Amino acid sequence: MTRIYVPRDSSALSLGAEKVAKAIAEHAARNNVAVEIIRNGSRGMFWLEPLVEVETPAGRIAYGPVEVSDVPGLFAAGFLEGGAHALRLGLTDELPWLKQQERLTFARVGITDPVSLTDYLAHDGYRGLQNALALQPAEIVQEVTDSGLRGRGGAAFPTGIKWKTVHDCKADQKYIVCNADEGDSGTYSDRMIMEGDPFVLIEGMTIAALAVGATQGYIYLRSEYPHALAVLNEAIQHAREKHYLGPNILGSGHAFELEVRRAAGAYVCGEETSLLESLEGKRGLVRFKPPLPAIEGLFGKPTVVNNVISFASVPIILDKGGAFYRDYGMGRSRGTLPIQLAGNIKHGGLVEKAFGVTLRQLLYDFGGGSATGRPIRAVQVGGPLGAYLPESQFDTPLDYEEFSKLWAVLGHGGIVAFDDTVDMAKMARYAFEFCAIESCGKCTPCRIGSTRGVEVMDKIMQGRDHAQNIALVRDLSDTMLNGSLCALGGMTPYPVLSAINHFPEDFGLNKKAQAA
Amino acid sequence: MLPEQAARIDAHITAHKALPGGLLPLLHAIQDDVGYVPEESYGSISKALNLSVAEIHGVVTFYHHFRTHPPGRHVIQICRAESCQSMGSTELEAHAKATLGIDYHQTTSDGSITLEPVYCLGNCACSPAITVDEEVYGRVSPNRLDAIIAEAKGVA
Ligand SMILES: Cc1cc2nc3c(=O)[nH]c(=O)nc-3n(C[C@H](O)[C@H](O)[C@H](O)COP(=O)(O)O)c2cc1C
Ligand code: SF4
Ligand code: FES
Ligand code: FES
Repeated sequence: MTRIYVPRDSSALSLGAEKVAKAIAEHAARNNVAVEIIRNGSRGMFWLEPLVEVETPAGRIAYGPVEVSDVPGLFAAGFLEGGAHALRLGLTDELPWLKQQERLTFARVGITDPVSLTDYLAHDGYRGLQNALALQPAEIVQEVTDSGLRGRGGAAFPTGIKWKTVHDCKADQKYIVCNADEGDSGTYSDRMIMEGDPFVLIEGMTIAALAVGATQGYIYLRSEYPHALAVLNEAIQHAREKHYLGPNILGSGHAFELEVRRAAGAYVCGEETSLLESLEGKRGLVRFKPPLPAIEGLFGKPTVVNNVISFASVPIILDKGGAFYRDYGMGRSRGTLPIQLAGNIKHGGLVEKAFGVTLRQLLYDFGGGSATGRPIRAVQVGGPLGAYLPESQFDTPLDYEEFSKLWAVLGHGGIVAFDDTVDMAKMARYAFEFCAIESCGKCTPCRIGSTRGVEVMDKIMQGRDHAQNIALVRDLSDTMLNGSLCALGGMTPYPVLSAINHFPEDFGLNKKAQAA
Repeated sequence: MLPEQAARIDAHITAHKALPGGLLPLLHAIQDDVGYVPEESYGSISKALNLSVAEIHGVVTFYHHFRTHPPGRHVIQICRAESCQSMGSTELEAHAKATLGIDYHQTTSDGSITLEPVYCLGNCACSPAITVDEEVYGRVSPNRLDAIIAEAKGVA
């Protein structure tokens, strides 16, 4: 029986993977060909989705992008034996796009059956947990600290230090909360993990629970991800059946229960304190800090809040050791970052690389330039609160500190490309508009400032009182930067001011005068 | 709100009232079932969860996902976020509004389609993206949107 892989990843589905899987099954049945169709995660090469792989003695051979109408032809060409066809791409593992990556966190994504615990175990799954069970909690925390892992949700706070704070708290109840709200435009790595390798997230959260002494975990999942919800719930059920979750994990006497909770379409609920309010069933108003969530978090108890990728990077750290992970990367940015190429890009997809790779390598060597074939004029890195970078900054290596020198952020690792038809004044206006729509309303600079920002940008775009209004946008941005309670209001000036500073001509300003 | 809906909503309330932080899961259960969160249900939610009606109203209206009015038979969401803008979502939304003759948060007069904005579907490598009844579509051109709308109306 031949094994065929057709992804169940949302992006693959958005391009017709479900119909392709059905067509393959029907064609095989009609012709009495025995096939086993596995619905894997995506390899992350979205310009090739739906990407169909066939298992052969030589390895898995990829065909793509496959449409329903290609299916009879693929069978006729003998694709079950890896036969030649216009869509044949060769051995998947030999494709340069994949070969040039360092897939640590994404080691299994696209390879295994996401909901098969057997498959997970056969591909080194739960080795990190096995090691963790033999360690003292403080030793687990130390291993994570040694790895140099910093939070992948945006703020890049050292994960080990956060865990130590929760570990050191005395409390009758502690919580592990996974931030799976992934609201940033241009990001989808959390989704790919949850849909493509949910057990790695579950394992990471379980290790966190052992490290800090928590017994209950929640995954706060954005409502826009129904497929991730289904995969997570199925994986959690399998993990519980085999005692990887539940009252007595692998007979260790440790308990850890895990539940997925759906968010409800508020961007600000990705901010950790707003998220906790939401989990408690309230409006997602941002809390004042202190107290830190690590000390007074969910229902007032010590709580670890980490991003999906942060948790999903923990199993390999506990499996291979903190030093193994720390050996990747540059400066104070250790390990790898799952980078998401998005927007106007020819080869959009997931690139997991050690820190240090440059934007230019990502945009051109991996991305292949823009989708439209026009010059890439600007990229926004790090979501809607991230700065826009012009071509002159494309040689910057991906590194938290190098980016902050440019007054830019890496955030959750999303890179959105724009070609030369982009109007940066419109993008600046949109940044204010988005902030106005998503503001939780708790503080004035954000709530009022964003709405004022939209109005002033409208005047600038109409050319009214030009110099005065540009000055007003800068003033407003200053107020938001310095006076906002959270980064929604506090970082909306990043896209706005970077657009004005790097692309003054789009704001009716003289390029040279502005640069001076 | 129909009487049989009220009965189903009561069942959801019973199922969720003991859950810590159970209000959001309850609102989801209600909307998944009847398509929106009827204001008439606030009274029973308020009693069961020991919250004021004002608090419930505050929560329902804070979150973009929850609707207080029944939607059309199909809901189309168009992604307005940056990645999709870089691939023509602004033109796509203008086309959708013109074709359907409605603005965001409105329903066509035949009750078939409600149009909503959405901010990123995690499909940014395949922009522009939309959803139809929660199913995501990628690389949606105006032509493809027309076909999708026709299909949705056809199976209405
Ligand atoms: C407006 C706003 C939205 C955010 N959205 C997310 C998000 O969707 N996912 C996420 O992991 N972190 C998000 N964050 C960052 C979180 O507040 C927090 O830093 C993170 O969850 C901590 O986990 P980490 O240390 O593993 O990154 C957001 C922050 C702000 C201010
Ligand atoms: S900056 Fe905006 S989102 Fe953040 S707390 Fe203030 S009002 Fe709320
Ligand atoms: S009210 Fe929040 S900073 Fe002024
Ligand atoms: S920005 Fe549209 S899907 Fe992400």
